[in-house]
Amino acid sequence: MKKTDHLIEEHLPRLRRYARALTGDLTRADDLVQDTLERAWSKFHLWRSGSDLRAWLFSIMHNVYVNGVRKNSAVPMLLPLEDDALDVPVRAGQDDGLQVRDLHAALSCLSHEQREVLLLVGLEEMRYEEVAKVLDVPLGTVMSRLSRGRERLRQIMAGGAVPALRVVK
Amino acid sequence: MSEPMRTVSEDELHAYADGQLDEARHAEVAAWLAIHPAEARRVEEYQRQNEALHALFDPVLGEPAPQRLQHPVLASSWRGMPLLRHAAVVAWLAIGGTLGWFLHGEQEPRSGATTAFVRQATMAHVVYTPEVRHPVEVGAEQEAHLAAWLSKRLGVSVKVPHLSEAGYELVGGRLLPGSSGPAAQFMYQDGRGQRLTLYVRTDGAGSRETAFRYARENNIGVFYWIDGSLGYALSGDLEKSELLKVAQVVYHQLNP
Repeated sequence: MKKTDHLIEEHLPRLRRYARALTGDLTRADDLVQDTLERAWSKFHLWRSGSDLRAWLFSIMHNVYVNGVRKNSAVPMLLPLEDDALDVPVRAGQDDGLQVRDLHAALSCLSHEQREVLLLVGLEEMRYEEVAKVLDVPLGTVMSRLSRGRERLRQIMAGGAVPALRVVK
Repeated sequence: MSEPMRTVSEDELHAYADGQLDEARHAEVAAWLAIHPAEARRVEEYQRQNEALHALFDPVLGEPAPQRLQHPVLASSWRGMPLLRHAAVVAWLAIGGTLGWFLHGEQEPRSGATTAFVRQATMAHVVYTPEVRHPVEVGAEQEAHLAAWLSKRLGVSVKVPHLSEAGYELVGGRLLPGSSGPAAQFMYQDGRGQRLTLYVRTDGAGSRETAFRYARENNIGVFYWIDGSLGYALSGDLEKSELLKVAQVVYHQLNP
């Protein structure tokens, strides 16, 4: 039996990982996590005991994030080109086509809707139905965002490698 | 082996890449991909995207969380409590635990104690204003008792301001744990059900600062000031100018 006292804490590392990938920035990510936790604690009575707490927490984070995006829609997403993230150690064998550091920048070029789906599926390894629930959108929307997001990412990564030499058609 | 050759949808390609197909269909799609190299390359690329995401962001899982994201009191206070019945109490204790850490908060423009004060006030607001059945411990009908009780617990004379000229009626009040001792919360409500709270605590530092200060925490506006031995914070989901009007009424009620 799970100890109730660690319920939310257990999910903290994953919430932080998702927030970091979503915002691309350490401080903004932890702000997002903090806002999410505060809201989760204040609304804990709304959580149905026994239901999926991870999905509940991620949907709260989604709402906090989207509200922030709406509020700051005039502020362009920062491209972390000179970020410390560029120095993230790259696992051996990872540079065959996909440069991890490029991925960081490429992610920020996606729409936030596509980025969310891509991360919940690829990083959180949620089932598509779960993602639909967390984001409160139909399953078909999840699939089309996933498909478009992945294609977009692929093009950006491919294009980013040899930008001047690409000849189309 | 002609069965597996039936069409594979775009969705299924993704589900294959993500390992979300059942075993039988997974095998069928694998067979289909073996004779469709272009799609196979695409699927492989999606899988590499997933791997790259993990390579880039999994290190975050091992990073120690900053103090502001930890809440040690949670561990001791939840044990054995019937969760739903005591949801408000649990939430309060959890938040209270965090507030201890906020006192050590990093890079806050306000002083640590003030930050904690504002946070406690807004958290108490957020926790108790949605309450339908138990928004307060002592209702407005027992106002004299409320004032006497809270005065006794805070150790100073606490007055209950009347805000009807601003359109708000007293709902009641409650005793709360503050960082330096007991604190009080009064709740008000207007005709539309909009609620405001006034958080009152003794000012341990003995500061004489009386200027109105404004902050926003989690979409809740708060005007706070210190008046003699008491600190006040008026919180509400209102425009700044609207909230200021009410804050002035509070101030004049307390300083006739």
